[in-house]
Amino acid sequence: MIPANLPIDFHAIAPQLVMAGTLFLVLIVDLFLPNDRKHASMPVAFLGATGALIASLTLIGADRATFGGSFVVDDFTVLFDVFFSLAAMTILALSYRYVRDGRTFQGEYYFLLLCSFLGAMTMGGSRDLLMLFISLELVSAPAFLLSGLRKSDPRSNEAALKFFLISVLSTAVMLYGMSLIYGVTGTTRLAGISRALAGPEAHSNLALAAVLFVVAGFAFKVSAFPFQFWAPDTYEGAPVPVAAYLSVASKAAGFVGLLQLMFAGFLPVAHFWAPIFALLSLFTMFMGNLVALQQRQVVRMLAYSSIAQAGYMLLPFALAGSSASVNRAAFSSVVLYILIYAAMNLGTFAIVIGMSRESPSVLITDFSGLGRRFPAIAVAMATFLVSLAGIPPTAGFWGKFFIFTAAIDRGGIGTWLAGAMVLNSVISLVYYLAIVRAMWLDPITEPVRPIRLPALVTVVAMVAMVWVLLIGVFPDLAAHFPPFTVLAAGP
Amino acid sequence: MSGWDTWALTLAVFLPAAGAVLIAVVPSKDDRTPRVLALVFSGAALAVGIAMLFGFDYGAAGFQFTVNASWISAIHATYHIGTDGISLPLLELTLLLSFLCAVYSYRILPSPGRPRAFLALMLLLETGMAGTFVALDLILFFVFWELVLVPMYFMIGVWGSSNRQYAAIKFFLYTLFGSVFMLLGFIAMYVKSLPHTFDIVALQHQAAVAPFARNVQLLIFAGIFLGFAVKVPLWPFHTWLPDAHTEAPTVGSVLLAGILLKMGGYGFIRIALPILPDAAKVWAPIIAILATIAIVYAALACLAQSDLKRLIAFSSVGHMGFVMLGIATLSAVGINAAIFGMVAHGIITGMLFFEIGSIYDRYHTRQIAELGGGMLLKVPLLGFVFAFTAIASMGLPGLAGFWGEVLSLFSAYAPASEHIALFRTLMVFGGIGTILTAGYILWTIQRVAMGTVPQARVDEPVADVTRIEWLAWVPMLAGILILGLIPRLVTGVTNDAVTVLTRVFIR
Repeated sequence: MIPANLPIDFHAIAPQLVMAGTLFLVLIVDLFLPNDRKHASMPVAFLGATGALIASLTLIGADRATFGGSFVVDDFTVLFDVFFSLAAMTILALSYRYVRDGRTFQGEYYFLLLCSFLGAMTMGGSRDLLMLFISLELVSAPAFLLSGLRKSDPRSNEAALKFFLISVLSTAVMLYGMSLIYGVTGTTRLAGISRALAGPEAHSNLALAAVLFVVAGFAFKVSAFPFQFWAPDTYEGAPVPVAAYLSVASKAAGFVGLLQLMFAGFLPVAHFWAPIFALLSLFTMFMGNLVALQQRQVVRMLAYSSIAQAGYMLLPFALAGSSASVNRAAFSSVVLYILIYAAMNLGTFAIVIGMSRESPSVLITDFSGLGRRFPAIAVAMATFLVSLAGIPPTAGFWGKFFIFTAAIDRGGIGTWLAGAMVLNSVISLVYYLAIVRAMWLDPITEPVRPIRLPALVTVVAMVAMVWVLLIGVFPDLAAHFPPFTVLAAGP
Repeated sequence: MSGWDTWALTLAVFLPAAGAVLIAVVPSKDDRTPRVLALVFSGAALAVGIAMLFGFDYGAAGFQFTVNASWISAIHATYHIGTDGISLPLLELTLLLSFLCAVYSYRILPSPGRPRAFLALMLLLETGMAGTFVALDLILFFVFWELVLVPMYFMIGVWGSSNRQYAAIKFFLYTLFGSVFMLLGFIAMYVKSLPHTFDIVALQHQAAVAPFARNVQLLIFAGIFLGFAVKVPLWPFHTWLPDAHTEAPTVGSVLLAGILLKMGGYGFIRIALPILPDAAKVWAPIIAILATIAIVYAALACLAQSDLKRLIAFSSVGHMGFVMLGIATLSAVGINAAIFGMVAHGIITGMLFFEIGSIYDRYHTRQIAELGGGMLLKVPLLGFVFAFTAIASMGLPGLAGFWGEVLSLFSAYAPASEHIALFRTLMVFGGIGTILTAGYILWTIQRVAMGTVPQARVDEPVADVTRIEWLAWVPMLAGILILGLIPRLVTGVTNDAVTVLTRVFIR
């Protein structure tokens, strides 16, 4: 369609360029830093992420395309560029103390983290199978290394290896699916695929199988059932900030890719894949919540919790294809949920990272008496947990609310899925409250020792708490974000 | 005056929340500051409430003191609040009871103390409860409704008695379970309404002009029924209540029994009946049967209790059964009776929980057998107050408990439902329930207040009612007497609004 020799629109990819420049800079800076000052690469990385944020902000309202239309900048792209820049800044802030105390591969850590974020940032604009694939791999590959960064710990090695093997397998399946789609539709561009699938190809079994394969690849990325079992082991073994990264940014990137794929590319065959997502969603949320009930270790519990949350985010996909207004509602509800989930989950992980300095394995019992030891942090933690359970007046409630609204608007299967999700919210409350109970309700046996958290961690937790409560009371602030752009309107 | 009209309700609802925030952030070395702040802010909210009583137009049936500001444009949810004859008595009850709890807490706090946290939660709870009664937007209603869960969870879980953790989580899970289905019902109302709206007033208008299809109504009613029935609680959804009420600290029990339960009954009257009239007609006999089972079951359960607090907790199930029976008749008399019953039960049972708290503080037991009787001799004033309130709870004519029960039974004689024979049968069973109620109340009074002081307690120094207790209790005791003598104080307020509301059900 568009000749490939068009000049590259550098403004459109400015955030990604800044990010890419920064990560090389980090690598070089690290080379020249003396061993005891390696932690200084964090501010460099942080400034770079801030630069990427500013670059993304300059693109607000833009409608650009480059690389012959494979990379598009619209409201959706800008929203997630901003989102991932902010997430990068947050994760960097949370990592600082943790990585510095660990004294291992600090420069490499920040380099790999930014690499992975670069992948996440290219995801939002990818309107082409190849671009999506590259983005997804750019997110995943550094993450394998990050999970295995605690080289001396066998669990960290296990985390990385498991993550790597399952990822490679699912990538292979996905790539196969993509090649089949190219074979059937003759294009890798999402818009073109959509056009082709709307035609007679819609009922070709090959096309449907291809869609299924691609979905499987992304299901791994967002840790959906039955591709979820790497998540708990990987989260547990990886450094805690990496677990935070995986559960928030990497998962969000998976969903961003999935949204574009399903709503921009495969929408014409929604009648085929929507029921698959209904099953995926149901199994994922039930499995995540029921297993989370039995966890004693906080990071593992949060891993299962994030699987369950992925189940909630998969639900709107099951609603697609019934009408344009339902499509729009479903699409927006996922976007909104990602934004809200990121804030509350990052907040939770911030506190867990802070607690892990005192007790590296972070059991639920380690939270005992936190209500006396550091009341502000305990209140923040309780806010995040209540928000994750979806109780007003917190942001998490609105995340769920808009999914419910889309589901009930859909009617039929949507109503039943909403019912299942409602049940799951109640189940999830049990294990979220387990931490709340430890913080306040459990009798304190030993004298109260104040606990100190790294300043950056405290700041992140407080900002996240304010955000979660602010959105909880004035959801209008967030309701404007989800743009159901040209992207999802389809051809 | 217009400024006052628009701000009064918002002030009454959010003053306590502001107080809660202030208590939480103001550093205080001594324990006095939070108590004073709680007193000031709940007192100010009550003052606003009392001032509203004078500005309220009792002749009008519509909503007054309304505010309708935009809130969530994406779903057309608004900050729409207002009060009418139905919600005003319950709002005033909330403000009064919360203030009296603040008075009581000025001196008496449950172990492990920590007044800042306790009072901040109590005020937050007040905002949630008051907001529920004035919200005219389903989403706003839901947010206030859920706002009470977290403070009450902590109140039971931290300050409760021995089995508190179990009771706290049970309370939270049960209520959440009901209310999430209620939320789905609300969303379904939004989706089915044209134009889409969460506004209760607009939905009521739509119901009058073009009601939802019957099947849709039945399904939505099922969802919101679950939410309200758990809260009321209606048999067989009541099992969280005895645990929560028994384990909660005194103030928690007072607010639970006095106000929280009323949110469920109010929800039926405000939302379920007017918006889903056809479904209400279908569901009414079912609700009436469950309500009557609750009455009889609770009375029998009370006869079997050995723990005084648990006994009163079960008696709440029975009293709310009368309320629900009144609502299920769908008649003006029945709903008036229900609102009166809720107000009366709020004062009487709230008062009983206060007294049990004070008895426990003195005797360190709630077991009727261990109390051993003779309270009228040992602590005559406390014994008298307890006997007085218990008799009011029994429904003695001349005291507040009488009107709610008797009007509810009357209304079952002439329900607006076509199942007249059923309702009249239920009336008979309800009557048997009142006899059983009289039985367990009198037996309890006999075992606790009358008789001689047991040998072990003769020399035990036990203080009679203290000054702070009198301060908290006298308004309630007076209320029991005044409402019993002049029931028009409530029914006069409610009747016009109720008559309008029940017009659709008149055959």
